[in-house]
Amino acid sequence: MSIEYLGLSEINGPLIVLEGVRDAFYEEVVEFVVGGKKRKKGKIVAVEEDKAVIQVFDNTDEMSLKNTHTRLSGHPMEIGLSLEILGRTFNGLGEPVDGLGRIKPEAVRDVNGLPLNPCMREYPRNYIQTGISAIDALTTLIRGQKLPIFSGNGLPHDQLAAQIVEQASLGEESKEQFGIVFAAMGVKYDVAEFFRRRFEDSGVSSHVAMFLNLSNDPVAERLITPKVALTAAEYLAFEKGMHILVILTDMTSFAEAMREVSASKGEIPSRKGYPGYLYSELAALYERAGIVQGKEGSVTQIPILTMPNDDITHPIPDLTGYITEGQIVLERALHQKNVYPPINVLPSLSRLMKDGIGAQYTREDHQDLANQLFSSYARVGEARDLASVIGEDELSGTDKKYLQFGARFEQEFVAQGADENRTIEQTLDIGWELLHILPKEELDRIDTKILAKYYT
Amino acid sequence: MSVTGTIFGINGPIVTIKGNLGFTMSEMVYVGEKRLVGEVIGLTKAQTTIQVFEETTGLHPGELVEGAGKAISVTLAPGIITNIFDGIERPLQLIGEQSGAFIPRGVNVDLLDRQKKWQARIMIKEGDTVSGGMVIAEVPETPAILHKVMAPPEVEGAVLWAAEDGAYTIDEALAVVRTKTGEEKELTMTQQWPIRIPRPIQRRFPADRLLVTGQRILDTLFPIAKGGTAAIPGGFGTGKTMTQHQLAKWSDADIIIYIGCGERGNEMTNVLEEFSQLVDPKTGNLLMDRTALIANTSNMPVAAREASIYTGLTLAEYYRDMGYHVAIMADSTSRWAEALRELSGRLEEMPAEEGFPAYLASRLSAFYERAGYVENLNGTDGSVTIIGAVSPQGGDFSEPVTQNTKRFVRCFLALDKSLAYARHYPAINWLTSYTEYLHDLEGWYVANAGTDFVACRNELLHILTTESRLNEIVKLIGSDVLPDDQKLILEIARVIRLGFLQQNAFHQEDTFVPIEKQLQMMKVILYLYEKCRKLVEMGMPMALLKEDQIFEKVIAIKYDVANKELYKFDEYHQSIDDFYQKLLETNA
Repeated sequence: MSIEYLGLSEINGPLIVLEGVRDAFYEEVVEFVVGGKKRKKGKIVAVEEDKAVIQVFDNTDEMSLKNTHTRLSGHPMEIGLSLEILGRTFNGLGEPVDGLGRIKPEAVRDVNGLPLNPCMREYPRNYIQTGISAIDALTTLIRGQKLPIFSGNGLPHDQLAAQIVEQASLGEESKEQFGIVFAAMGVKYDVAEFFRRRFEDSGVSSHVAMFLNLSNDPVAERLITPKVALTAAEYLAFEKGMHILVILTDMTSFAEAMREVSASKGEIPSRKGYPGYLYSELAALYERAGIVQGKEGSVTQIPILTMPNDDITHPIPDLTGYITEGQIVLERALHQKNVYPPINVLPSLSRLMKDGIGAQYTREDHQDLANQLFSSYARVGEARDLASVIGEDELSGTDKKYLQFGARFEQEFVAQGADENRTIEQTLDIGWELLHILPKEELDRIDTKILAKYYT
Repeated sequence: MSVTGTIFGINGPIVTIKGNLGFTMSEMVYVGEKRLVGEVIGLTKAQTTIQVFEETTGLHPGELVEGAGKAISVTLAPGIITNIFDGIERPLQLIGEQSGAFIPRGVNVDLLDRQKKWQARIMIKEGDTVSGGMVIAEVPETPAILHKVMAPPEVEGAVLWAAEDGAYTIDEALAVVRTKTGEEKELTMTQQWPIRIPRPIQRRFPADRLLVTGQRILDTLFPIAKGGTAAIPGGFGTGKTMTQHQLAKWSDADIIIYIGCGERGNEMTNVLEEFSQLVDPKTGNLLMDRTALIANTSNMPVAAREASIYTGLTLAEYYRDMGYHVAIMADSTSRWAEALRELSGRLEEMPAEEGFPAYLASRLSAFYERAGYVENLNGTDGSVTIIGAVSPQGGDFSEPVTQNTKRFVRCFLALDKSLAYARHYPAINWLTSYTEYLHDLEGWYVANAGTDFVACRNELLHILTTESRLNEIVKLIGSDVLPDDQKLILEIARVIRLGFLQQNAFHQEDTFVPIEKQLQMMKVILYLYEKCRKLVEMGMPMALLKEDQIFEKVIAIKYDVANKELYKFDEYHQSIDDFYQKLLETNA
């Protein structure tokens, strides 16, 4: 048994300094017993000879320099895993909170994970039909992709994520084993409850593992929650051969927590007070998506983040966009027009789309149609700008057609029911129907043969 | 006897040792029981500071640190091309075979294959004098690359013994040389070179040869010279990586070093897969046969990310020394700058702008200055071209990395968000991009592309800038009120944008376009402009001109005329003449 240390040298926010320790190592997990009963966990974030700086995954209330016993665990943060985690609910550290008792672990994994060797990855190509036109046609989701939803407060990102999960998992792939790992970081109770109920209603809850750190839970725990969840996802995918969809919400709270802890450590801030390693930390999470050569399963990530002040250039969405393979951007103006889902397709992008669509996967006209819709909808913006200056009546005939196209594109293509599940054919056909509003010579992104076949 | 010490403190990738125990700056060290690779980056009387190139989880104070007695270096020998390395030249394929899908800590592998026997043709014999850089043997490394084994730069002396032609590993002696100091030195295929020190050259030449990329907007409007430097800045989703991939695939460099610095894992997998299948149209060899990849993805340790750029540069310089033209794709230099920032923060250095260290500018300039068209020590010519992607924060070009990069590169290819939103690719903005090489390359264009190439190019750019001026007016009052000659400029500019600037990377013919076709395309567009202008001057309205399909026909040239069917351009000139005659006759 390892040595227990009595007393602490310093408490500062979520950080604790312990002196006189022997054999502590970087990232080691420590356990505290406060006042003889209350248990807390933490990890070592810096060591210097016999002095260790420990970050507590809990608040430091009731802790004093005298009443705390500290025990070094001898291992980094780990989590016990087995197939039993499906259908269960855990706190942010991976401890069960649903009253159903502990799970019997079949494997124990370090939550920090290890980088996936790029040589051993398989490039993702299989598309996932979500039944949502704006996503399927224009920002196609690919199995093994990381595709975040950039949203704002008050926008229906939760509904959208839930709809994606339901429709993607109930699709044609139902023969294969699928699972959902849901990680909540600092979200409201209502949000977590919303997802729980939606999973239950659609009958998938026995395939879901939920890791919840709610907004009133300890901030420092939030930093470990996504790592715990992704470790579980990797286990299910690469050791149990399941196709796992991971929902991470809300990445903004995760980054805020990092800033809070970094500030209390007295680190030098870089952009907007966030620590210099924000990019590396985010990448360490997002890169844990993908497919491994010779393994059955896959990890697909849909992180949700609320852009502070709807600003896409804010460091959190900005750095995220540089790591993830595209983004789905929700826009307040569309939401106000009562368009659901309010996806602004222009800044939205799926980087893996090009290799996962076309004759082999969806339909031969998909890429050309998508390019044309993007290009034409970008023209709509110009026509609207002009109309706001000179008035709609003064516009040229073509520009008027663009206005008409824009309105119908938003109302008929982007907008759809909260439980409407469109096939890819339906989606593409709506796209062609809308393009018929525009004169043929305006369709300059489509191969002549495709145009002849579909524009009739 | 190597220097040793024990760990005092650990903070992320930074490890400190108490006291000054005789380590040297930039020395490679092995840290802890797992012998993690690190580098000495700070020395004071009280403390030695080390950055570790691997995750430090599990490291204890008190563990041993051992100096390797040499600066952090790369191993240079046959086996580099077609390989994929991490930031400190460890082969990822081999690590994968040894350790499975995930990269463990403290992995111990040979940097290059030491068992494989390479067929060598020995180029020296007993009694010869060798000097630094001289080719002592030739080894076919891939179907595309003849590896020239050179004497290390510092070696000079007489050959006492030379091996026969035959198969050798990279460690076996090919020759023994008596140096001037009387030492006997064994020469093998292997050299070691510290990554932070440029390899020596004789002299530099002006950069006056085009790096042909087959990308119209580059070759025509914003050319890069061999041995030049270019930066590609752009927010996320604007197509930096796509542009880099296109350049890596189609540029006429002999060798490509592709550095994925802090980028996505799937992207590197994609390059690896695609390059192993695609055939270089010029040589018929696989693209991978001329490519080496360095993949330090964003979730791999940050210190190795910082080193990866230098590792790539050193490999490039090594092949340049053999007389090859090497192009480096660095994607992305911002991640490298951020790695500097992260490490600087851990060292608690005084930050300058936006938290970046004050030495950001000097590091960037030192990096880009290692490019150049040079005469090597052995008298051959070679070049290193650096094309660096920049990922500005928030897509804002006024941030420190973009601004400092701008000072040290001579070609700036600004990617534009609104072009990318409209899926106009490559989304290079023709108004904010620039190149300083055009003047240097004029001679090359005259000799290789045609005397009128630069004049056509300038006229094209002139039409585009006029269009942007007119667009300001259109935004306010609409296009209907413009006079017809200005409407014509808008129409021709549209033809240039769609038919010339937009290039489809996924189209078999359009993905690479030879210079001759680029010139012919420009000529057709300008001929159309000239004829239309005459018609407009005669008082014909633009609406009448636009009734004809000729504009659409010219736009479709990029798809309709294959790269090998340049004779078809005559038909287009004929069609324009017919169009002109027809309008004259019907509206005279």
